[in-house]
Amino acid sequence: MSLIKQDDRITVDTFLEGIWRENPVFVMMLGMCPVLAVTNSAINALAMGLATAFVLVASSLLVSLFRNLIPSEVRIATYIVIISTFVTIVDYTMQALSQEVYNALGAFIQLIVVNCIILGRAEACASRNKPLKSMVNAAGMGLGFTLALLCLGVVREILGSGSLFGLPLFSEQFQPWVVMVLPPGGFLVLGGWLLFFEWLKTRKQYA
Amino acid sequence: MSGRNSTAMIATLGFVTALSGFLIVTVFQATKPAIEENKRLAIQKTVLEVIKGATADKHFIINEKGELLEAVPGMKGINVYAGYDAQGKLVGVAAEGSAQGYSGSVDTIYAYTPACECITGIKVIKQTETPGLGDKVITDKHFVANFDKLEAKVNAAGDALANAIVAVKHGAKQNPWEIDAISGATISSKAIAKGLNNSAQDVLPKVVPLLPQIEGAQP
Repeated sequence: MSLIKQDDRITVDTFLEGIWRENPVFVMMLGMCPVLAVTNSAINALAMGLATAFVLVASSLLVSLFRNLIPSEVRIATYIVIISTFVTIVDYTMQALSQEVYNALGAFIQLIVVNCIILGRAEACASRNKPLKSMVNAAGMGLGFTLALLCLGVVREILGSGSLFGLPLFSEQFQPWVVMVLPPGGFLVLGGWLLFFEWLKTRKQYA
Repeated sequence: MSGRNSTAMIATLGFVTALSGFLIVTVFQATKPAIEENKRLAIQKTVLEVIKGATADKHFIINEKGELLEAVPGMKGINVYAGYDAQGKLVGVAAEGSAQGYSGSVDTIYAYTPACECITGIKVIKQTETPGLGDKVITDKHFVANFDKLEAKVNAAGDALANAIVAVKHGAKQNPWEIDAISGATISSKAIAKGLNNSAQDVLPKVVPLLPQIEGAQP
């Protein structure tokens, strides 16, 4: 936790941190449950990512605003209440916007409450920084999470269903690789992406 | 622990939960009409899709005594949706079926056509089956063709179906009341059959004597 410097300046890095250097999925390996569960299509991945990003930004703002008032003994309980408030708001809003996407995501919207990225941000960043900086950082993390989900969702939908955002890509002869939309496919694709990023990093080090 | 500290804790939690309650109630109130409208539209759209040839629909409720009533919000009973064509003639009746699938309930709306005494279409309105396998019950053309003309005759006594609707192993369908299951998604196929059978056994014997009344109530 000492990694986060007590610095009020908002730099480009405050935002970019979550997208690349500390990407919640590919670097910190947090929130694996929704990452593996709802990325069987690109649209589900996008909706889940945006929902999580909204909760992340909104709860970071509230936690940061109240950071000096919350006694440390009850901070976790307070964070959970704040986070679940925004999850409920997302739940209702999504139901009002599109019944179809809401049905597709099922229980995973409610389960954003226990997503450790959000609690982690509240604890490590929002509770130590000013509201604006916390929000910028949370927005970066949320975007990083959304992009990571999309990375998985796009690959799994193309291979597993032969389509992208619901639009068919191949002719009728294409035999979908069904395992890709099933849970094992999530692990395989995640492994593939992790290998890719690790290879990039190693190549950079020795270049 | 000092008294002051506990007071601060209680005050913080109290304040945050009150704020949370306020926000949730606000959003709930704001989104409620949209959510209810979405649900109503979804059901209406499904009813008009599932009853082939229907252009208008009307929602009825059959109460415990078997009486047909026009639906008003909050009324208890069996939901029945009637579909009428452009001339105002009754073309079919839709009802809801539900059964436990592989990972949660599979809810359907099915259309019953009085002319052939058969089920002429189903739509899955809610399911949480495995994507790519169990959700084939919606997309598999061969499986959906089961419901082009699925026999659902009410027996002579008028209290149940003459033949129970059952799902059989893929390729083993022999009778017009059997559903040819999807290989690899047998549990989901069976859930559809079970939901249909449970509902049709109960609803159709009640609906059939009421058909003239439904016919006469066209919008």
